[in-house]
Amino acid sequence: MSTGSSVIVPGPTREPGSLKLVATLVVAGVLSGAGLVATYDATLPIVQANQARALREAVFLVVPGSTKLEPFAWQGDRLVAAAEPGTNASGAPPAEVFAARDDAGTLLGYAIPADGAGFQDTIRLLVGYEPAGRRIVGVKVLESRETPGLGDKIAKDAQFAANFEALAIDPEVVLVKRGEKTAPNQVDAITGATISSRAVVKILDAVARTWASRLESAS
Amino acid sequence: MKARELSVREELLKGLWRENPVLVQVLGMCPSLAVTNTAPNALAMGVATFFVLVGSSFLVSSLRKVIPKPVRISTYIVIIATFVTIADLLLQAFVPDIHKELGAFISLIVVNCVILGRQEAFASRHGIRLAVADAVGMGAGFTFALFLLGATREILGNGTLFGVSLFGPNFEPWVVMILPPGGFLMLGAILLVFGAWKARAAARAKAAAAEPLRKAAA
Repeated sequence: MSTGSSVIVPGPTREPGSLKLVATLVVAGVLSGAGLVATYDATLPIVQANQARALREAVFLVVPGSTKLEPFAWQGDRLVAAAEPGTNASGAPPAEVFAARDDAGTLLGYAIPADGAGFQDTIRLLVGYEPAGRRIVGVKVLESRETPGLGDKIAKDAQFAANFEALAIDPEVVLVKRGEKTAPNQVDAITGATISSRAVVKILDAVARTWASRLESAS
Repeated sequence: MKARELSVREELLKGLWRENPVLVQVLGMCPSLAVTNTAPNALAMGVATFFVLVGSSFLVSSLRKVIPKPVRISTYIVIIATFVTIADLLLQAFVPDIHKELGAFISLIVVNCVILGRQEAFASRHGIRLAVADAVGMGAGFTFALFLLGATREILGNGTLFGVSLFGPNFEPWVVMILPPGGFLMLGAILLVFGAWKARAAARAKAAAAEPLRKAAA
């Protein structure tokens, strides 16, 4: 910081009036606002397209074989069509569940966003569910702040992900120590990340309890 | 005119090394510790800060005769906050994954003291060319220091650089290095190396200055 001290500060010698001070800040604020609105408007479609693309990719990942998705919301006792992701159409309710279909239009399953408490912050998952087999067919971690190197393996560990390729939801989804999985409703925990593994299992079980009966009555 | 020519070069280079904002001035420690767990995160934070610093210095320097003194800090903050929000939106639009990783730390660039410090100490007192040279140097120095931290922490803590595995599957990563304590450890180690380096250079310069005297005495 030694460089600035030797230079004389330019500027008026007498104190400027308060009107000038207010005017300066108002002008600065208005110009700043205009710049921000322009940037926001320019980037909004890209941001929304990114989010919609990320969601589509996640849905197609958790319901293997699917290539089309259809958003639905649960109202009263049935599924109703919901707003397309990435659009902000008024009228339609926000999507709560996505029906995943293959090219021929056959319903393969549903992708259900869900969240729950993790070790440090909320974990958000997208759960692929197949009503015909009453099983979970895929899980993707959308958002988590689990401990790097330990808890964040819930999103990276291939062995952990393999648990969800065909996970029965009856009688309930339970967590067991790594290597002790014997029944189709059990999940092998990640060594060193028991709390994060348990959080994922809890979310999955809650999804199964909430949505299995709803989706059965819908299809 | 010739002195001024030299000066631009000098202002550009000082931030990189001799007055490096992180390694010498020890400013902006919050982002230096918080988001340097991997090389890509550190680089993105450095580039975002660089953008904000250069943009703000340019505006502050060109408006330095218009902004009344009593409200100068408030005006600088408005200018800085505008550039930070623009950087935030751009990162969200073009590198959403990195934006997600950096989270709230992008908005916190507003309170990075490197940026406000350069406006008050330099940009508000010098012409546009010098101010931008100073900002480019400081921004590049900040990015360099963050990248150094991020790369070493990622290599030690995860065994990778930019996500590419360096040591193969038998390397047991030193997990603490990508956790918050690792940030303090690595920053301390790097500052130590730089301190020792500077001390040695100073001692050598002193010895060189004393050399002719000794010869004369002998």
